[in-house]
Amino acid sequence: MNEATRLNAAFAALADPTRRAILARLASGEATVRELAEPFEMTQPAISQHLKVLEDAGLVLTRIEGTKRPRRIAKEGIEAMDEWLAMLRKALEKNYARLDKLLAVMENARRRKGAQR
Amino acid sequence: MKKMTLQTEGDTHVVVTRSFAASPESVYRAHTEPALIQQWMLGPDGWTMPVCISEARPGGRIRYEWSDGNGRGFHLTGEYIDLQPYSHIVHVERMHLPDPTPDNHVDTRFEADRTGTLMTVRMTLPDAKTRAAMLASGMEGGMEASYARLERMLQHS
Repeated sequence: MNEATRLNAAFAALADPTRRAILARLASGEATVRELAEPFEMTQPAISQHLKVLEDAGLVLTRIEGTKRPRRIAKEGIEAMDEWLAMLRKALEKNYARLDKLLAVMENARRRKGAQR
Repeated sequence: MKKMTLQTEGDTHVVVTRSFAASPESVYRAHTEPALIQQWMLGPDGWTMPVCISEARPGGRIRYEWSDGNGRGFHLTGEYIDLQPYSHIVHVERMHLPDPTPDNHVDTRFEADRTGTLMTVRMTLPDAKTRAAMLASGMEGGMEASYARLERMLQHS
Protein backbone atom coordinates (compact mmCIF):
# COMPACT_ATOMS: atom_id res chain seq x y z
CA MET A 1 0.00 0.00 0.00
CA ASN A 2 1.55 3.33 -0.95
CA GLU A 3 1.40 6.39 1.28
CA ALA A 4 -1.56 8.03 -0.49
CA THR A 5 -3.61 4.82 -0.40
CA ARG A 6 -2.80 4.31 3.25
CA LEU A 7 -3.78 7.87 4.12
CA ASN A 8 -7.06 7.41 2.24
CA ALA A 9 -7.69 4.28 4.28
CA ALA A 10 -6.75 6.08 7.51
CA PHE A 11 -9.09 9.02 6.94
CA ALA A 12 -11.87 6.68 5.82
CA ALA A 13 -11.33 4.52 8.94
CA LEU A 14 -11.74 7.59 11.13
CA ALA A 15 -15.01 8.52 9.42
CA ASP A 16 -16.77 6.06 11.76
CA PRO A 17 -17.61 7.23 15.32
CA THR A 18 -17.17 3.75 16.85
CA ARG A 19 -13.69 3.43 15.35
CA ARG A 20 -12.77 6.89 16.66
CA ALA A 21 -13.96 5.80 20.11
CA ILE A 22 -11.91 2.58 19.88
CA LEU A 23 -8.81 4.61 18.99
CA ALA A 24 -9.48 7.01 21.86
CA ARG A 25 -9.70 4.01 24.21
CA LEU A 26 -6.45 2.53 22.82
CA ALA A 27 -4.73 5.88 23.26
CA SER A 28 -4.86 5.24 27.00
CA GLY A 29 -3.28 1.79 26.66
CA GLU A 30 -3.49 -1.70 25.17
CA ALA A 31 -6.75 -3.61 25.20
CA THR A 32 -8.05 -6.99 24.04
CA VAL A 33 -11.13 -7.43 21.86
CA ARG A 34 -13.07 -8.59 24.95
CA GLU A 35 -12.03 -5.51 26.92
CA LEU A 36 -13.01 -3.27 24.01
CA ALA A 37 -16.38 -4.97 23.46
CA GLU A 38 -17.61 -4.25 27.02
CA PRO A 39 -17.84 -0.44 27.13
CA PHE A 40 -19.12 -0.26 23.55
CA GLU A 41 -21.88 -2.82 24.17
CA MET A 42 -20.97 -4.52 20.93
CA THR A 43 -20.32 -8.13 20.08
CA GLN A 44 -16.70 -9.23 19.85
CA PRO A 45 -17.00 -10.03 16.11
CA ALA A 46 -18.31 -6.50 15.50
CA ILE A 47 -15.36 -5.01 17.41
CA SER A 48 -12.96 -7.32 15.54
CA GLN A 49 -14.37 -6.05 12.26
CA HIS A 50 -13.71 -2.43 13.27
CA LEU A 51 -10.22 -3.36 14.50
CA LYS A 52 -9.46 -4.97 11.16
CA VAL A 53 -10.35 -1.73 9.34
CA LEU A 54 -8.15 0.25 11.74
CA GLU A 55 -5.32 -2.26 11.37
CA ASP A 56 -5.51 -2.24 7.55
CA ALA A 57 -5.33 1.55 7.69
CA GLY A 58 -2.12 1.33 9.74
CA LEU A 59 -3.69 2.87 12.84
CA VAL A 60 -3.71 -0.17 15.15
CA LEU A 61 -1.18 -2.95 15.85
CA THR A 62 -1.66 -6.41 17.32
CA ARG A 63 0.70 -8.02 19.81
CA ILE A 64 0.70 -11.78 20.35
CA GLU A 65 0.97 -12.83 23.97
CA GLY A 66 0.16 -16.50 24.48
CA THR A 67 -3.48 -16.88 23.53
CA LYS A 68 -4.15 -13.16 23.95
CA ARG A 69 -4.06 -10.62 21.12
CA PRO A 70 -3.87 -7.20 22.77
CA ARG A 71 -4.25 -4.24 20.38
CA ARG A 72 -2.43 -0.95 20.64
CA ILE A 73 -2.40 2.33 18.79
CA ALA A 74 0.10 2.58 15.87
CA LYS A 75 1.96 5.80 16.52
CA GLU A 76 3.41 5.94 12.98
CA GLY A 77 -0.04 5.80 11.40
CA ILE A 78 -1.36 8.62 13.57
CA GLU A 79 1.78 10.68 12.90
CA ALA A 80 1.40 10.19 9.14
CA MET A 81 -2.12 11.66 9.31
CA ASP A 82 -0.85 14.52 11.41
CA GLU A 83 1.97 15.24 8.95
CA TRP A 84 -0.49 15.11 6.10
CA LEU A 85 -2.80 17.66 7.73
CA ALA A 86 0.24 19.86 8.39
CA MET A 87 1.15 19.63 4.69
CA LEU A 88 -2.40 20.50 3.67
CA ARG A 89 -2.24 23.55 5.94
CA LYS A 90 1.06 24.51 4.29
CA ALA A 91 -0.35 24.24 0.74
CA LEU A 92 -3.31 26.40 1.74
CA GLU A 93 -0.99 28.77 3.55
CA LYS A 94 0.94 29.23 0.30
CA ASN A 95 -2.24 30.51 -1.36
CA TYR A 96 -2.90 32.84 1.54
CA ALA A 97 0.67 34.17 1.52
CA ARG A 98 0.07 35.16 -2.12
CA LEU A 99 -3.25 36.70 -1.12
CA ASP A 100 -1.47 38.75 1.60
CA LYS A 101 0.74 40.31 -1.09
CA LEU A 102 -2.22 41.04 -3.37
CA LEU A 103 -4.17 42.59 -0.48
CA ALA A 104 -1.24 44.87 0.36
CA VAL A 105 -1.35 46.21 -3.22
CA MET A 106 -5.14 46.62 -3.05
CA GLU A 107 -4.97 48.43 0.29
CA ASN A 108 -2.33 50.83 -1.06
CA ALA A 109 -4.52 51.60 -4.07
CA ARG A 110 -7.48 52.20 -1.76
CA ARG A 111 -5.47 54.59 0.41
CA ARG A 112 -4.23 56.53 -2.63
CA LYS A 113 -7.77 56.81 -3.94
CA GLY A 114 -8.94 57.98 -0.52
CA ALA A 115 -6.19 60.65 -0.41
CA GLN A 116 -7.23 62.01 -3.81
CA ARG A 117 -10.78 62.68 -2.66
CA MET B 1 -1.74 36.43 14.57
CA LYS B 2 -1.82 35.59 10.85
CA LYS B 3 -1.80 31.95 11.65
CA MET B 4 -4.15 29.77 9.71
CA THR B 5 -6.13 27.02 11.37
CA LEU B 6 -7.64 24.00 9.64
CA GLN B 7 -9.82 21.78 11.76
CA THR B 8 -12.42 19.11 11.35
CA GLU B 9 -15.68 19.59 13.22
CA GLY B 10 -18.24 16.88 13.87
CA ASP B 11 -18.47 14.24 11.15
CA THR B 12 -18.97 16.40 8.07
CA HIS B 13 -17.38 19.84 8.56
CA VAL B 14 -13.98 21.35 7.88
CA VAL B 15 -13.33 24.81 9.30
CA VAL B 16 -10.49 27.05 8.11
CA THR B 17 -9.71 30.41 9.71
CA ARG B 18 -7.14 32.99 8.63
CA SER B 19 -6.46 36.66 9.45
CA PHE B 20 -5.50 39.24 6.84
CA ALA B 21 -3.95 42.68 7.26
CA ALA B 22 -6.54 44.26 4.98
CA SER B 23 -10.12 45.51 5.02
CA PRO B 24 -13.03 43.06 4.68
CA GLU B 25 -13.82 44.83 1.39
CA SER B 26 -10.45 43.92 -0.14
CA VAL B 27 -10.55 40.33 1.15
CA TYR B 28 -14.10 39.87 -0.16
CA ARG B 29 -13.18 41.28 -3.57
CA ALA B 30 -10.11 39.02 -3.76
CA HIS B 31 -12.48 36.06 -3.29
CA THR B 32 -15.10 37.12 -5.86
CA GLU B 33 -13.44 39.08 -8.72
CA PRO B 34 -11.90 36.81 -11.40
CA ALA B 35 -8.91 39.07 -12.15
CA LEU B 36 -8.00 39.02 -8.45
CA ILE B 37 -8.75 35.32 -7.80
CA GLN B 38 -6.42 34.39 -10.68
CA GLN B 39 -3.52 36.07 -8.90
CA TRP B 40 -3.53 34.02 -5.74
CA MET B 41 -5.74 30.89 -5.73
CA LEU B 42 -3.11 28.77 -7.41
CA GLY B 43 -1.92 26.02 -5.08
CA PRO B 44 1.63 24.77 -5.66
CA ASP B 45 4.29 26.93 -7.38
CA GLY B 46 4.13 26.80 -11.16
CA TRP B 47 0.37 26.30 -11.41
CA THR B 48 -1.84 28.93 -13.04
CA MET B 49 -5.57 29.51 -13.42
CA PRO B 50 -6.11 30.22 -17.14
CA VAL B 51 -9.92 30.19 -16.82
CA CYS B 52 -11.77 31.92 -13.99
CA ILE B 53 -15.51 32.51 -14.05
CA SER B 54 -17.04 34.03 -10.94
CA GLU B 55 -20.51 35.53 -11.32
CA ALA B 56 -20.90 37.05 -7.87
CA ARG B 57 -24.69 37.04 -7.54
CA PRO B 58 -27.16 34.45 -6.20
CA GLY B 59 -27.34 31.65 -8.76
CA GLY B 60 -24.16 32.92 -10.47
CA ARG B 61 -21.73 30.38 -11.91
CA ILE B 62 -18.27 29.53 -10.62
CA ARG B 63 -15.67 27.81 -12.77
CA TYR B 64 -11.95 27.68 -11.96
CA GLU B 65 -9.53 25.82 -14.25
CA TRP B 66 -6.01 25.11 -13.08
CA SER B 67 -3.05 24.08 -15.22
CA ASP B 68 0.52 23.06 -14.39
CA GLY B 69 1.72 24.32 -17.80
CA ASN B 70 2.61 20.76 -18.88
CA GLY B 71 -0.79 19.54 -19.95
CA ARG B 72 -1.92 18.54 -16.49
CA GLY B 73 -4.79 20.23 -14.75
CA PHE B 74 -8.22 19.97 -13.20
CA HIS B 75 -11.19 22.20 -12.65
CA LEU B 76 -13.83 23.18 -10.14
CA THR B 77 -17.41 24.25 -10.78
CA GLY B 78 -20.00 25.71 -8.45
CA GLU B 79 -22.82 28.16 -7.92
CA TYR B 80 -23.23 31.14 -5.64
CA ILE B 81 -26.21 30.89 -3.29
CA ASP B 82 -26.03 34.12 -1.33
CA LEU B 83 -23.65 37.09 -1.09
CA GLN B 84 -23.54 39.95 1.42
CA PRO B 85 -20.82 42.39 0.33
CA TYR B 86 -18.30 42.51 2.08
CA SER B 87 -19.08 40.12 4.89
CA HIS B 88 -20.54 36.80 3.77
CA ILE B 89 -20.46 34.38 0.82
CA VAL B 90 -22.41 31.14 0.56
CA HIS B 91 -21.71 28.84 -2.37
CA VAL B 92 -21.45 25.19 -3.40
CA GLU B 93 -18.49 23.73 -5.26
CA ARG B 94 -17.22 20.42 -6.59
CA MET B 95 -13.90 19.31 -8.03
CA HIS B 96 -13.69 17.46 -11.36
CA LEU B 97 -10.84 14.96 -11.17
CA PRO B 98 -12.29 14.36 -13.81
CA ASP B 99 -15.33 12.75 -12.12
CA PRO B 100 -17.18 15.31 -10.01
CA THR B 101 -16.77 15.02 -6.24
CA PRO B 102 -19.91 15.36 -4.08
CA ASP B 103 -20.97 18.97 -3.44
CA ASN B 104 -19.05 20.93 -0.84
CA HIS B 105 -21.28 23.58 0.76
CA VAL B 106 -19.06 26.53 1.71
CA ASP B 107 -19.96 29.37 4.05
CA THR B 108 -17.33 32.14 4.14
CA ARG B 109 -17.43 35.07 6.59
CA PHE B 110 -15.22 38.15 6.69
CA GLU B 111 -15.22 40.07 9.96
CA ALA B 112 -13.28 43.25 10.68
CA ASP B 113 -10.96 42.81 13.64
CA ARG B 114 -8.31 45.06 15.21
CA THR B 115 -5.62 44.23 12.67
CA GLY B 116 -7.75 43.75 9.56
CA THR B 117 -10.04 40.89 8.68
CA LEU B 118 -10.73 37.52 10.21
CA MET B 119 -11.97 35.02 7.65
CA THR B 120 -13.85 31.88 8.68
CA VAL B 121 -14.55 29.25 6.01
CA ARG B 122 -16.93 26.53 7.07
CA MET B 123 -17.26 23.63 4.65
CA THR B 124 -20.01 21.04 4.92
CA LEU B 125 -19.64 17.74 3.09
CA PRO B 126 -22.55 15.33 2.55
CA ASP B 127 -21.06 12.65 4.81
CA ALA B 128 -18.00 11.62 6.79
CA LYS B 129 -16.64 9.46 3.95
CA THR B 130 -16.68 12.35 1.49
CA ARG B 131 -14.91 14.57 3.98
CA ALA B 132 -12.26 11.90 4.51
CA ALA B 133 -11.72 11.61 0.77
CA MET B 134 -11.49 15.40 0.40
CA LEU B 135 -8.87 15.72 3.12
CA ALA B 136 -6.90 12.82 1.69
CA SER B 137 -7.04 13.99 -1.95
CA GLY B 138 -5.60 17.40 -1.10
CA MET B 139 -2.50 15.24 -1.01
CA GLU B 140 -1.84 15.61 -4.73
CA GLY B 141 -1.38 19.38 -4.46
CA GLY B 142 0.73 19.11 -1.33
CA MET B 143 2.90 16.33 -2.72
CA GLU B 144 3.37 18.20 -5.99
CA ALA B 145 4.70 21.21 -4.09
CA SER B 146 7.14 19.12 -2.06
CA TYR B 147 8.44 17.31 -5.14
CA ALA B 148 8.96 20.66 -6.85
CA ARG B 149 10.90 21.90 -3.82
CA LEU B 150 12.99 18.72 -3.81
CA GLU B 151 13.78 19.19 -7.50
CA ARG B 152 14.98 22.73 -6.90
CA MET B 153 17.10 21.62 -3.98
CA LEU B 154 18.72 18.88 -6.09
CA GLN B 155 19.40 21.30 -8.94
CA HIS B 156 21.15 23.70 -6.59
CA SER B 157 23.24 21.13 -4.78
